[in-house]
Amino acid sequence: MKFSENWLRTFVNPPLSSDELGHALTMAGLELEELESAAPAFDKVVVAEVLSLAKHPDADRLNVCQVNVGGETLQIVCGASNVAAGFKVPCAMVGATLPGGLAIKQAKLRGVESSGMLCSAKELGLAEEAQGLLILPADATVGQSIRDYLDLDDKLFTIKLTPNRADCLSVQGVAREVAAITGASLTPLVIGEAKVSSDKTLAVKLEASEACPRYAGRVIAGVNARAQTPGWMVKRLERSGLRSISALVDVTNYVLLEMGQPLHAFDLAKIQGGITARFAKAGEEITLLNEQTVKLEADMLVIADDARPLALAGIMGGAGSAVSDATTDIFLESAFFAPAVIAGRSRRLGFGSDSSYRFERGVDFAATVTALERATQLILEICGGQPGPVCEEIAQLPKRDPVQLRVERVKRVLGIALDAATIGNLLGRLGLQYTESEGVFEIVPPGYRFDLAIEEDFIEEVARLYGYDNIPSLPPKGAMAMLPATESARRVVEVKRLLAGREYQEIVSYAFVDESWERDFAANADPVRLLNPIAAHMSVMRSTLIGGLVDTLRSNLNRKQPRVRIFEAGRCFAKAAQGFDQPNRIGGLCYGDADPEQWGAGARQVDFYDVKADVEALFQPYAPRFEAAEHPALHPGQSARVLLDGKPIGWIGALHPRWRQAYDLPSAPVLFELDLEPLLAREKPSYREVSKFQPVRRDLAIVVDEKITVQALLDAMNRSLPEFVSDLTLFDVYRGKGVDSDKKSLAFRVLLQDTRKTLTDEEVDAAVAHLVQILTTQFDAKLRT
Amino acid sequence: MDNLDQILQQARAAFAATDSAAELEQVKARFLGKSGALTELLKGLGKMAPDERREAGARINQVKEQVEQALQARRDAIQQKELEKQLAQESLDVTLPGRGRGLGGLHPVTLTLERIEQLFSSIGFSVAEGPEIEDDFHNFTALNTPEDHPARSMHDTFYVEGGDLLRTHTSPIQVRYMQKHVEKFGHQERMPEIKVIAPGRVYRVDSDATHSPMFHQVEGLWVGQDVSFADLKGVVSDFLRRFFETEDLQVRFRPSFFPFTEPSAEIDVAFMSGANRGKWLEVAGCGMVHPNVLRHVNIDPTKYQGFAFGMGPDRLTMLRYGVNDLRLFFEGDLAFLKQFNN
Repeated sequence: MKFSENWLRTFVNPPLSSDELGHALTMAGLELEELESAAPAFDKVVVAEVLSLAKHPDADRLNVCQVNVGGETLQIVCGASNVAAGFKVPCAMVGATLPGGLAIKQAKLRGVESSGMLCSAKELGLAEEAQGLLILPADATVGQSIRDYLDLDDKLFTIKLTPNRADCLSVQGVAREVAAITGASLTPLVIGEAKVSSDKTLAVKLEASEACPRYAGRVIAGVNARAQTPGWMVKRLERSGLRSISALVDVTNYVLLEMGQPLHAFDLAKIQGGITARFAKAGEEITLLNEQTVKLEADMLVIADDARPLALAGIMGGAGSAVSDATTDIFLESAFFAPAVIAGRSRRLGFGSDSSYRFERGVDFAATVTALERATQLILEICGGQPGPVCEEIAQLPKRDPVQLRVERVKRVLGIALDAATIGNLLGRLGLQYTESEGVFEIVPPGYRFDLAIEEDFIEEVARLYGYDNIPSLPPKGAMAMLPATESARRVVEVKRLLAGREYQEIVSYAFVDESWERDFAANADPVRLLNPIAAHMSVMRSTLIGGLVDTLRSNLNRKQPRVRIFEAGRCFAKAAQGFDQPNRIGGLCYGDADPEQWGAGARQVDFYDVKADVEALFQPYAPRFEAAEHPALHPGQSARVLLDGKPIGWIGALHPRWRQAYDLPSAPVLFELDLEPLLAREKPSYREVSKFQPVRRDLAIVVDEKITVQALLDAMNRSLPEFVSDLTLFDVYRGKGVDSDKKSLAFRVLLQDTRKTLTDEEVDAAVAHLVQILTTQFDAKLRT
Repeated sequence: MDNLDQILQQARAAFAATDSAAELEQVKARFLGKSGALTELLKGLGKMAPDERREAGARINQVKEQVEQALQARRDAIQQKELEKQLAQESLDVTLPGRGRGLGGLHPVTLTLERIEQLFSSIGFSVAEGPEIEDDFHNFTALNTPEDHPARSMHDTFYVEGGDLLRTHTSPIQVRYMQKHVEKFGHQERMPEIKVIAPGRVYRVDSDATHSPMFHQVEGLWVGQDVSFADLKGVVSDFLRRFFETEDLQVRFRPSFFPFTEPSAEIDVAFMSGANRGKWLEVAGCGMVHPNVLRHVNIDPTKYQGFAFGMGPDRLTMLRYGVNDLRLFFEGDLAFLKQFNN
């Protein structure tokens, strides 16, 4: 809502500066968004009359003008092409400073004395562009300061209104609020009934009386549609951001701004029969004032004549019944449409209007006819004409049931005790009608307030006017209770810290991604699609974190980062039998050297096993299993499914060479992605006896076929592990000289230990022999000696 | 017996001439070994008369002791020298960088969320979360924002196929949490208080330097029997001062509108120093939970009341660390992110 401060002050004029007034509005919930001057600063510019002009003797384009500035006549050299004798124009006097800092001095222009400057609108900072001098109306008073004449010492307020405060979508509404906030008195408009001088009427019928419970209108015959809109009205419209269009349209817009009541003027000649407020019928269409043709739907309310819809009720008039310069008789409409009937329609249509904006928030249904009279009054003043009687139909208007406000409840909700007198005073300032007895107020909400329906609404009004600042800030109180500190569940941030400790940097990437990422990295042809994506490359919800990780890698490579180690934790999305799966996942990516470039270690590309160690660290003390498996994003020979307790919970692997190439990566990153939930579950540690006896170490070196996995060997040995083997770990893999090319040599470390005694050589030998036997019989392993 | 003095001198000289432990042991044998000079002299004692023997024996032993002392002294000296040599050889340039991997770090918004959780948990708030694809009921209807309510246009909503939407705020978590609370405690005469914060990602159709289509929010909720607007002011003001670690922070509450709170307030802060000195900056919205919201989750609004707030951790992070463009948080630029590894 944008309006002129001077206009507002014609209704209410509190002793506050513009800034103070803006602050008061903000602190009452009408947030001041912008406060700007109507015109930039300048001085000593007056209304002047050009008395005569003569060609400059030495310059073709210049005129030497004799100018009356009120009391004296000045000679001024002027270069504007539209200067003419008899015109009234702004004149900057010697000593004036114009916007931009131009100082006007006594000067000689090509040898001719010039005592001032005639100005264009641009030179005064009143317009971006100007063609020649600003020509003022002929009745402007010569000698008067242009600032006074054009009311330039005005400020423009823009306030950000919350959707509940439709009552402030007018200057009068804001004035009412200012009066309540400041206690200053309100000077309301005086609006009388127009003297009816025509008996022309239209029949009005409410077919959809719930949607349109009140419809008023009147014929005004014999108007001059070509009349000039008066300057004061144009100025107020402009300062509210509305362009002047024609006198009739300007009046309806003016009353909309002044009173908040949207109005519409139909060309009476284009109406066939009477007026009906009804819902649209199947197949109906209407071309609106914005030249859009709309196929009407059954829930759209229209104002129709006997033949066709004339207007989309409350939203926009139709082009076919609009007033034009040729209009002589009009039908002026002022109606109340139910907010629910207007709401959402403009969003569906893709456009709205000042009218629909107000109706969907609620327009004062008690002022329908008053606004009609106000517009009539202005039209008669500007365009003339003979008003007919008001044609009005009323059905069931919105209820305004009395609401109880309890003093005790105010205290309980706000946490401050306000007595009945204080509350009564605040309600009175809002102009609310109430009765009070024994601490209970009964208040009837006014027609212009659609946001006051329950006790809490009035508590807010009381708090707002009392001042939120004046309500104390109390420290939290209540029964103290410790929060649980669960050892059996890690917080997500602990997992993140673990990765940060292993040199991963956390990123946050968008959850909506390019559809191709889903196809490439998840083979997902049916991702969760957004109906209204902000851009094509953010059109589907990710089902994997891989896309964001790879993309972040790419952008960092573009920024010349040689080494990237990143992770992200967040939700992924997939369609489910019912609704959506939205698991929390954590994914990481490593690219470049395994370690930062340094003097003490050779450079080596990060590989699968580096990242595997990171993943294993996340699970410690639990040991997930890794089984070779293919994943659309990963290298088929370098990818593994991660399982915990037999349940698949994620993936690890190098990016597939196909995607490495397609995404233009110099080398392949290694990635992992895990469900977050299983990483959070922990078991409380429980003590096991620590052996006092020294462990015995035996190394077991074998040669097996290349195809046999270490996991298979470990599984076989673990299945019948002698009870005092306390640790069985692979510690070396060897291929090359001394080992056939399709074989590999593996070395296991076996630790043997008993908690009750020192093991004998026989026991140790038997245990090792047992393991050897498993390996040789089941895997055809050869013992290396 | 002059011979003895000579032997002593010879031993001392011989020891001094050695410069390794092995050599010293060899030299030692010449004097103290099985056929060493002193050993020979001692062997010769048997041939002497008893008186003579006692005196000579004492002399020889005295010299032997002196030789042994000289030997030990030399041993110590050699050992000391060898140690010094070893230490000199092993000395490092301690200014060379340490070996191995470095450290990564958390996202700045994660740091903020951590601080928020920490501060609120210190007054007994627990943490909840919820789905990001939400249904209309939890995101709007249960929050007193029916279909076509003008407030819906305050949130430009992303819709997914099938009619669900990306949550536009973390408030639906508040609804889900209250529903669960009622399931658990609804049968009790007095339900325990609800004190919870709910951080998470939220989505709106909006994108520029101060708006991102995805951003973070933290919802807070405290519902009890007498939790008032004054309590809300106290908790949130206190939080903001603790979060920014300054008492020099002005906090103001100004009336606003949210369908799910009544009365509602917008919270602004102003710093007394720094780049934003004196400017009012909007950091959160809040209010007393609307009775309709409580009714939607079967909480009796005549018995229970409380407050809710929603704040933007992205904005708090920007203010705290002086970041001037919201989009930096989502671009994954390591040069930016590493600035917060502390």
